[in-house]
Amino acid sequence: MNEMTPVQSVGVAKPLVDGPEKTTGKAMFAADFQAAETLVGRILRSPVAHANITAMDTSKAEALPGVHAVVTEADCSDTYGVLPIAMNEWALARGRVRYRGEPVAAVAAVDVATAQRALDLIEVTYEELPAYFSAEEARAEGAVLLHDDKPGNIERDAEFDLGDVDKDMAEADLVREIEVKCSEVCQVQMEPHATFAEYDGARERLTIRPSTQVPFYVHKMLARTMGMAEGHIRVIKPHIGGGFGSRTETLQSDLIAGLLARKARATVKVVLSREETFITHRGRPESHITMKVGMKSDGTITAVDFTVQQRGGAYSGYGIVTILYAGSMIYGLYNISSARFQGLRVLTNTPPCGAFRGHGTVKTRFAFEGLIDDMARELGLDPFAVRRANLLAAPTMTENDLLVNSYGLDQCLDWVEKASDWQARKGKLPANKGMGMACSHYISGASKPKHWTGEPHATIHLRVDWDASITLLTGAAEIGQGSSTVMAQCVAETLGVDMSRINVVSSDSALTPKDNGSYSSRVTYMVGNASIDAAQNLKARLIEAAARKLEIATDDVECLGEVYRGGQQDQGLTFDEVVMEALAGEGTITVKGTFDTIPESWGGRKYRGAAIGGTMAFSYAAQVVEVTVDPYTAEITVDKVWVAHDCGKALNPLAVEGQVQGSVWMGMGQAMSEETGFHEGLPLAANMLDYRVPTIIESPPIEVGIIEAADPHGPFGAKEAGEGSLSGFLPALTNAVADAMGVRACELPLTPDRLLELLEKKARDGGANSDRGAA
Amino acid sequence: MKTVLSLTVNGVAHDDVIPDNMLLVDYLREKTGLTGTKIGCDGGECGACTVLIDDRPRHACLTLAATCQDSRIETVDGLSRDSRLTALQRGFNEKLGAQCGFCTPGMIMASEALLRRNPDPSEADIRDALAANICRCTGYVKIIEAVQFAAQELASGELAS
Repeated sequence: MNEMTPVQSVGVAKPLVDGPEKTTGKAMFAADFQAAETLVGRILRSPVAHANITAMDTSKAEALPGVHAVVTEADCSDTYGVLPIAMNEWALARGRVRYRGEPVAAVAAVDVATAQRALDLIEVTYEELPAYFSAEEARAEGAVLLHDDKPGNIERDAEFDLGDVDKDMAEADLVREIEVKCSEVCQVQMEPHATFAEYDGARERLTIRPSTQVPFYVHKMLARTMGMAEGHIRVIKPHIGGGFGSRTETLQSDLIAGLLARKARATVKVVLSREETFITHRGRPESHITMKVGMKSDGTITAVDFTVQQRGGAYSGYGIVTILYAGSMIYGLYNISSARFQGLRVLTNTPPCGAFRGHGTVKTRFAFEGLIDDMARELGLDPFAVRRANLLAAPTMTENDLLVNSYGLDQCLDWVEKASDWQARKGKLPANKGMGMACSHYISGASKPKHWTGEPHATIHLRVDWDASITLLTGAAEIGQGSSTVMAQCVAETLGVDMSRINVVSSDSALTPKDNGSYSSRVTYMVGNASIDAAQNLKARLIEAAARKLEIATDDVECLGEVYRGGQQDQGLTFDEVVMEALAGEGTITVKGTFDTIPESWGGRKYRGAAIGGTMAFSYAAQVVEVTVDPYTAEITVDKVWVAHDCGKALNPLAVEGQVQGSVWMGMGQAMSEETGFHEGLPLAANMLDYRVPTIIESPPIEVGIIEAADPHGPFGAKEAGEGSLSGFLPALTNAVADAMGVRACELPLTPDRLLELLEKKARDGGANSDRGAA
Repeated sequence: MKTVLSLTVNGVAHDDVIPDNMLLVDYLREKTGLTGTKIGCDGGECGACTVLIDDRPRHACLTLAATCQDSRIETVDGLSRDSRLTALQRGFNEKLGAQCGFCTPGMIMASEALLRRNPDPSEADIRDALAANICRCTGYVKIIEAVQFAAQELASGELAS
């Protein structure tokens, strides 16, 4: 027995615990559920972008044989929205529509054809209003207000002015400005939105399976919209086909499914088309950024002065948070003291934007990393040297009171510089090839939750019964990111047992403890810590039982995971025997674990909204992108990406690699091809072909370096891994194009037509503003 | 109009009366109850519905079921035998070629068709064979590794799929 050691589960590449279901087709997504007499739910959407609804007649639809329910705003008890201070949406439009495609009414019928016919029979009279499709139009003098309580069509103006920007800018050796425009992008998760709702008319209870990242928020909003007691609703999260922020707030389709099921007193399935999923949107807003940076001749940044304007769409959604992130996250990556920010979130007659992966930070990072790359070139400094001249020293607090407790950016820089052979190859590539680099960071969950109830940030239950298996009950939403696997790893590692002992039950409001959901990269950090806490509590119970059985003191029990013993000479007890002893006289064991953030991480009070950005830990990333540009077609090929990500501790190195590769690649789509686009409010690219999601053909090899600058409070030192690498790709790409072709791209996506325009302008200008010309 | 459709799905013979305009993907999901095949788009955009029709990969969302008379249809639901995962399924599982898992059925079926006609594919062959399948999670890197893993396992005679 001497050689026995606890089983190691953390730091080991582990396949996902729900991988077999996914590879055999057994995983059940919302649209896969089917019960006898399931009704088809369909939504009638506004054909106009902005109008008052002056009349609606649903009587013909209701009279159509096969129609079981028609719902409108009259069936809704209240508004909904993700931020308690900005709930201004109705599941079905009340009195006014504010974007083309906004849900107006919905039907439940025996089949698709009947449901469609019923929608055609609903008569709605619209009195059209002027519609605004750009932030400028919506802000113009005299524009009609989308919401009466939002003067100027401004959702939120945000600002801060920290340090002494004017003085520090004046002390710089070089001051330069950049203006960037980035198109709106959409998450386009593979699974279109779907909800399966069952209503038990005898008991007046709703059971619902929504495709969501936030079952708890959906639960709250269902109760609010339907006027039902929260305890009469059961929310069960099925398998989820990706999220990336598109389902980080309650969607109308979730609420409509509940409303239809109740009215029909039946089971209703609402499955949106891909076009409707695009229209539901909640993506990243079109943004216009101006930025001025001051730099010393050695690369030290003295001050940043910037403005961000976002076209937010028709409703509040996450808007206030998005615009605040766009400002606050200028801090936390580099040692910047003086910064001034002015942000405007504008309401427009386009689908509402939301919290896309890298929430709020991406476009600001694009502007900043492009600008300092140009300034480095002008000062004759290597891009790596400029970044290294501005490193932070953890632990520290930033000027806007963000806690930086661990910091691996220096190691990230070292890794990508070496892996890409930057110093030997940069500047020496053949014509039309180039290399660019950039850095980025992201939070590991917001330290102040949106719904501040005083509860811990995360709660985990562990249950052990007679079969000596461990059931891990978590409200955290597994959406494909591997959260259930990470939690099982944390529990197995703490107990020293094999992961096969652990069954994870994720997100069923009747069984699992409340959790705020999967967003802002909070789960590994917060729920991981709660998992460790629960496992420690369970271990203490098992050690007590072992001590009792072995007739020794608890301090003398040696826990080897599968064996508990009194010393090397003791044969000890198996895990199963210990469990039997623990159950004796007590029955099934349930223990709890929790996690709370520390007050130092809550963000500051120096300006309105300063809590946004406050987090327990930042991840850090650096990447190098190598490109080839066709000088005639301006088509860019990404040849290779090297990316290093500081995740504190790679609990599951396989999953970390997968998350980082996915982030970089998603940044690539946004940088090179993806944009929604509207004509008079009509989506121009509401399908995956016109929207131009990259295929496997144009997707590059992505080599990942895992950096582990352990966080003092992280679970085994871990921090987030699923978002921080995204934003760096955009500037690394345009920096590589600048290296290859000598042009600075300020508009994204950098499609061939946009790049060709830049190349032609450069040729007309006689190659000015270029350090290395095209072929 | 209706048709009596006779075909096999994962080796099981079916005779069903179906509407002429029924898509193969709806036939599979609704008539046979095999929901492994996914619908990710409004027609021919994403490849999540890829199934094999007489060994050839096809978009079930662009195929009328009535045109599959006497065909041999294979879906992801029928791949594993005796509960043992195939080499491709193990590859997608162990190499993390599946994250959310929604594109996975289509990816696996397109890869299955590739390995049947080309047991030793180059990376370019794999990219070519999966060009009509979109994944939004992985950046495709680990999907390529998953298919390579399966090809190697099959070459070493581990388990024919």
